[in-house]
Amino acid sequence: MAHSQYTPGIVPARLAPDAYRARFADIAPPLDDHQAQVAADRCYFCHDAPCMEACPTSIDIPLFIRQIATGTPEAAAKTILTQNILGGMCARVCPTETLCEGACVREAAEGAPVRIGALQRYATDRMMARQDHPFTRAAATGRRIAVVGAGPAGLACAHRLALLGHEVTLYDARPRAGGLNEYGIASYKAVDGFAAREIDWLMQIGGIRLVTGWKLGTDATLADLVDSHDAVFLGLGLGATGALGLAGEDKTGIAPATEFIAELRQAEDLSALPIGRAVIVIGGGMTAIDAAVQARLLGAPDVTIVYRRSRAEMPASELEQELALTRGVRIVENAVPVAIHGNGALHEVEFARTEAGPAGLVVTEDTFRLSADQLFRAIGQRLGPLPDGLTTEAGKIRVEGAGRTALPKVWAGGDCAQGGQDLTVTAVAEGRDAAEDIHSFLMGA
Amino acid sequence: MADLRSEFIGIKSPNPFWLASAPPTDKEYNVRRAYEAGWGGVVWKTLGSEGPPVVNVSGPRYGVIYGPDRRVMGINNIELITDRPLEVNLREIKSVKRDWPDRALIISLMVPCDEESWKDILHRIEDTGADGVELNFGCPHGMAERGMGAAVGQVPEYIEMVTRWVKTHSRMPCIVKLTPNVTSILPPALAAKRGGADAVSLINTVKSVISVDLDAFAPEPTIDGKGTHGGYCGPAVKPIALNMVGEIARFDETRGLPISGIGGVTTWRDAAEFLAMGAGNVQVCTAAMTYGFKVVQEMISGLSDYMDRKGFASVSEIVGRAVPNFSEWQHLNLNHVTKAVIDQDACINCGRCYAVCEDTSHQAISVDEARTYTVKDEECVACNLCVDVCPVGCIDMKTLPVGSMDPRTGRPVAPYGNWTTHPNNPMARAAE
Repeated sequence: MAHSQYTPGIVPARLAPDAYRARFADIAPPLDDHQAQVAADRCYFCHDAPCMEACPTSIDIPLFIRQIATGTPEAAAKTILTQNILGGMCARVCPTETLCEGACVREAAEGAPVRIGALQRYATDRMMARQDHPFTRAAATGRRIAVVGAGPAGLACAHRLALLGHEVTLYDARPRAGGLNEYGIASYKAVDGFAAREIDWLMQIGGIRLVTGWKLGTDATLADLVDSHDAVFLGLGLGATGALGLAGEDKTGIAPATEFIAELRQAEDLSALPIGRAVIVIGGGMTAIDAAVQARLLGAPDVTIVYRRSRAEMPASELEQELALTRGVRIVENAVPVAIHGNGALHEVEFARTEAGPAGLVVTEDTFRLSADQLFRAIGQRLGPLPDGLTTEAGKIRVEGAGRTALPKVWAGGDCAQGGQDLTVTAVAEGRDAAEDIHSFLMGA
Repeated sequence: MADLRSEFIGIKSPNPFWLASAPPTDKEYNVRRAYEAGWGGVVWKTLGSEGPPVVNVSGPRYGVIYGPDRRVMGINNIELITDRPLEVNLREIKSVKRDWPDRALIISLMVPCDEESWKDILHRIEDTGADGVELNFGCPHGMAERGMGAAVGQVPEYIEMVTRWVKTHSRMPCIVKLTPNVTSILPPALAAKRGGADAVSLINTVKSVISVDLDAFAPEPTIDGKGTHGGYCGPAVKPIALNMVGEIARFDETRGLPISGIGGVTTWRDAAEFLAMGAGNVQVCTAAMTYGFKVVQEMISGLSDYMDRKGFASVSEIVGRAVPNFSEWQHLNLNHVTKAVIDQDACINCGRCYAVCEDTSHQAISVDEARTYTVKDEECVACNLCVDVCPVGCIDMKTLPVGSMDPRTGRPVAPYGNWTTHPNNPMARAAE
């Protein structure tokens, strides 16, 4: 397996065996006690704090930072986790630069926000290291609720329901719980099996039975669940990535970015993972960035993100774009793929330049080709097939209030449902709020 | 570069920044380094009587109050006077003074409260070449239990008596160092003056317990499970010191008594404030103990720039400049009206002004959906709390001119009028 970075084609082991660990190390190493103290001291304890307003889960950020500053990080963690039970993962994956830290008044004052994400990680790491669970379940209600999908929305919903005294069965189609936390984010954002450890910790609340490898519509229908439970929450996430709609899309080397990311996250040995020499990622969101950066880290010398609009319009934040650029990813803006070339395997992709027109994007006649032996599509996932009776709007399950669907006793939240951005933190908020709503509904509060 | 040369009770130094009698001035090594760094003078750490020296604890001697980022705001110490033999100190003082004739060198003294002890120590220091003595009537811990330090400084009669002994048995200029651990600083200052002191220096440290170990349940610094009160110094005590310096400077019977200002001087600005409140020079300890001797260089450049900016030809032009404006409350203009004004362009929308005004003051700031904070002139009493808590300094006080309408009272702003003539003052009516 004596491959190098420049070996043509899609091959494993482009790097020396000992190179992987350092390259895939924690991208934002945790703060030590002193760093946390210094960072916490910068918080102004704002009134009705803008950071808190910017947080989809409304964590009381000034309070938890003050608790860190006064030497009680576990109290800080409880403040965080009360609002967001996946506060540990959110501290790692939230685009804080566009949420809490983007709203921080010290960003306005000095262009340097309080390091809220890092501080949140500091506090939640302390709590997790203690290996106990700060919440206690309410008295059993005797109500049984099915939660479908053990991603961020489902986990948050299940935890809150269990906390309130309900019995929860948490179903997931994959072999492991976690959803995108486990399968969908760059591995350097949640190292050392953090997603799984966080779920183990979360499950300490009790009252949640996890069933994996269970598929809605195959193992049971929604109607079955509704019949056998007092309520059902759907946190299905999204399904397949959209196709480019080009001839030859079935050629070897073309795959959804989400599959690549999932495979990488689950890989025992990264050196066994094949990667192209020239890799193209189509898209402009965080999935595109995660795929492109990790392709580089696996040793691909030539990685290009191609986005149909300008960089300023990319859903991935400026910080994420910078991450990609500093890792040696090239970003080509204002171009769309128009043809795939290659004889069996991918060889080249032809792009047309785009222009912003009054009626939307205009694809021009100006074309160019990039050679590639691997292409990842990261152009957005679509909602998979849905059970009967649910209605959709703009490609999402239509919900009202805190996740109420068109079906009685059925709630939905997270990426599969309407509302908010498709972020872990948004999913947590929706799962949590749906749980509270289910509780009110069942208990007549 | 302004002329920073200072002459304090006849003692010349190249600048008005002296190191106070404290750990930084305990020995020749330190004092030479201090002079090299630029300090204008040094008050040598307090000497005691001949004989076995005092003994210090060998556990922790200091405790600290921190600001953000572990910035030292105040130090508490339980260290006593020098614990080195008297002969060693005297030999070193002589050696240093010989090599640094242009720098001030004062010897701090503390011996038992009898005339013979004072006569003896004054005789012993006579040929060191030192420029003067400072009588340590200030230390609140340890030595006070033995009838020295603050135990003397809290009894004006003792201050006067000892000062007189010193002036009787020595021709050296004599500075009396006062303790702030009194209800009024004026009787001790007056006693020093009556005893013949050439100057007073203040403040010495404030009697204090800085913190408590919540596991051992003992005050800190903790020595083998026990703690004792210590002396508090540093930026946190500056307001106490400024008031006491100013009180002596403006009081009829002590006015004109030279003052060496001590208490939390950390920057040139602090020093200038002490000078303006009547101090002829300043003494520094905590800043050096926090950052090292180099801090004096900022004090020198800063004071020099300030003097150039203001057109002051000598340090003495600053001395006492604020004293005429250091008024008693009853003479403040009760008709003066100001209103807080928020500079919306500079505001970062943290809302701290709102939180404190709404919760703890006069509900005089409003906030809208866009987090814009606006002062309600009809409620604002100009307490200044918003100005004080604003992290970026974007709130100012604007003065309403006499004759303009005050929206809070609905009355025009009246000309000067103080409490002595105010209709609500029963004493004012009685005087009629």
